[in-house]
Amino acid sequence: MSKEWPLWEVFIRSQHGLAHKHVGSLHAPDAAMAVNNARDVYTRRNEGVSIWVVKAADIVASSPADKEALFEPSNSKVYRHPTFFPMPEEVKNL
Amino acid sequence: MDAKVDYLLRQGDNALILSQQLSQLCGKGPALEEDMALTNVALDLLGQTRLWLTYAGEREGQGRDEDRLAFLRDTREFRNVLLVEQPNGDYAQTLTRQFLFDSWHYVLLRGLLQSTDARIAEIAEKSLKEVTYHLRRSGDLVVRLGDGTDVSHRKMQAALDELWTYAGEMFIYDDVDLAMVEQGVAPAAEPLRAAFLEHVAEVLAEATLTMPAPGAYMQRGGKQGRHGERHGFILAEMQFLQRAYPDAQW
Repeated sequence: MSKEWPLWEVFIRSQHGLAHKHVGSLHAPDAAMAVNNARDVYTRRNEGVSIWVVKAADIVASSPADKEALFEPSNSKVYRHPTFFPMPEEVKNL
Repeated sequence: MDAKVDYLLRQGDNALILSQQLSQLCGKGPALEEDMALTNVALDLLGQTRLWLTYAGEREGQGRDEDRLAFLRDTREFRNVLLVEQPNGDYAQTLTRQFLFDSWHYVLLRGLLQSTDARIAEIAEKSLKEVTYHLRRSGDLVVRLGDGTDVSHRKMQAALDELWTYAGEMFIYDDVDLAMVEQGVAPAAEPLRAAFLEHVAEVLAEATLTMPAPGAYMQRGGKQGRHGERHGFILAEMQFLQRAYPDAQW
C-alpha cells in the first residue's frame, strides 16, 4: 500500500442555484475525511453551501492529443452559438 | 474579584491558551490539510477569546479591553484549566488534548445556552457552531488513530493515559463556579460530567482505546491561577510584543 493519501478533487457550490465548481484538490485517506479536509482547506472564507469530493483517479479525462479532433471542428460553426437571441435582463447565471 | 468576571476570564483564558498553543503548530502539521484544520481551530478559539475577554473587561469596569487582558496579565492572573497548557507533544498528545477539551467545551457551551445572562448565552450559541465541528473532527481522528496501526494505537493510549489526570478539573467546582450555578449563569457540574464521560467513553470504545478510571486523581489549580512552569513560557512568546513595545498597534 502506498504511504501517500489518495488525491481527491473538490467541488464547491457557492450558492443555491449554481452548479458545483471545481476549486482544487487535496489528499485524504477516505471520502469522509476528504469532505472534512475540503471544508478546512477550501471553505475558510465562507465560499460554500455544499461540497462534493471525487477521487481524482475516478475522473476520466480526454487526452490533450485529441484536441484537434474533438474541438476544432466546432470552431467554424458559428450558427451553433446561441448569440443571435436577445436575452431578457432578468435572466441571470446563464 | 467579582465571581462573574472570574468566570468569564476562565472561559476566555481556556480558549486563548489553547489557541496560542495550536497556532505554534501552524506550518508544522503532519499534512497540509491537517495543518489548515488545526489553524482553523486555533482561529475559531481566538475569536471566542475576544468575545469572552471583552465581556470580562466591560464587566470588570477597570478599563481593560480584550488586548490588555490577553497581553498584560501575568501567569497567576490566568484562569485557564491545566489541560490547555499541556505541551503540544507528539501528534497523539495534541489530538488527545483537543479531543478532551472539545468534549468538555461542547457540553459546557450547550449548558450555557440556558444561561440567565443573555450575553453569555449569545456567546455560547455563536461558539457552539464552531465547537460542534471541532468535536466531530477530533473525535473522528481519535477513532482513526486509536483504531489505526499498532504504533498509532500505542501512541494514542499513552497520550490518553498521560492527559487523563487533567480531564477532571473542569468538573471540580469552586466558589466562583458555584456562585455562577446559583445565579443560573452556569450549568451544574454533575450533568456536564456525565455527558462528558458518556461521549468520551463512546468515542474511546470505537477507537479501541482503554478509558482510564473516571474516579482517578485529577490535577487542579489552573482555574485559581496555579499553573505549571510551561505557562510562563507560553505567555512569554504570546505577550512579547506588547511587553517590549507597549501599546504597539498593528
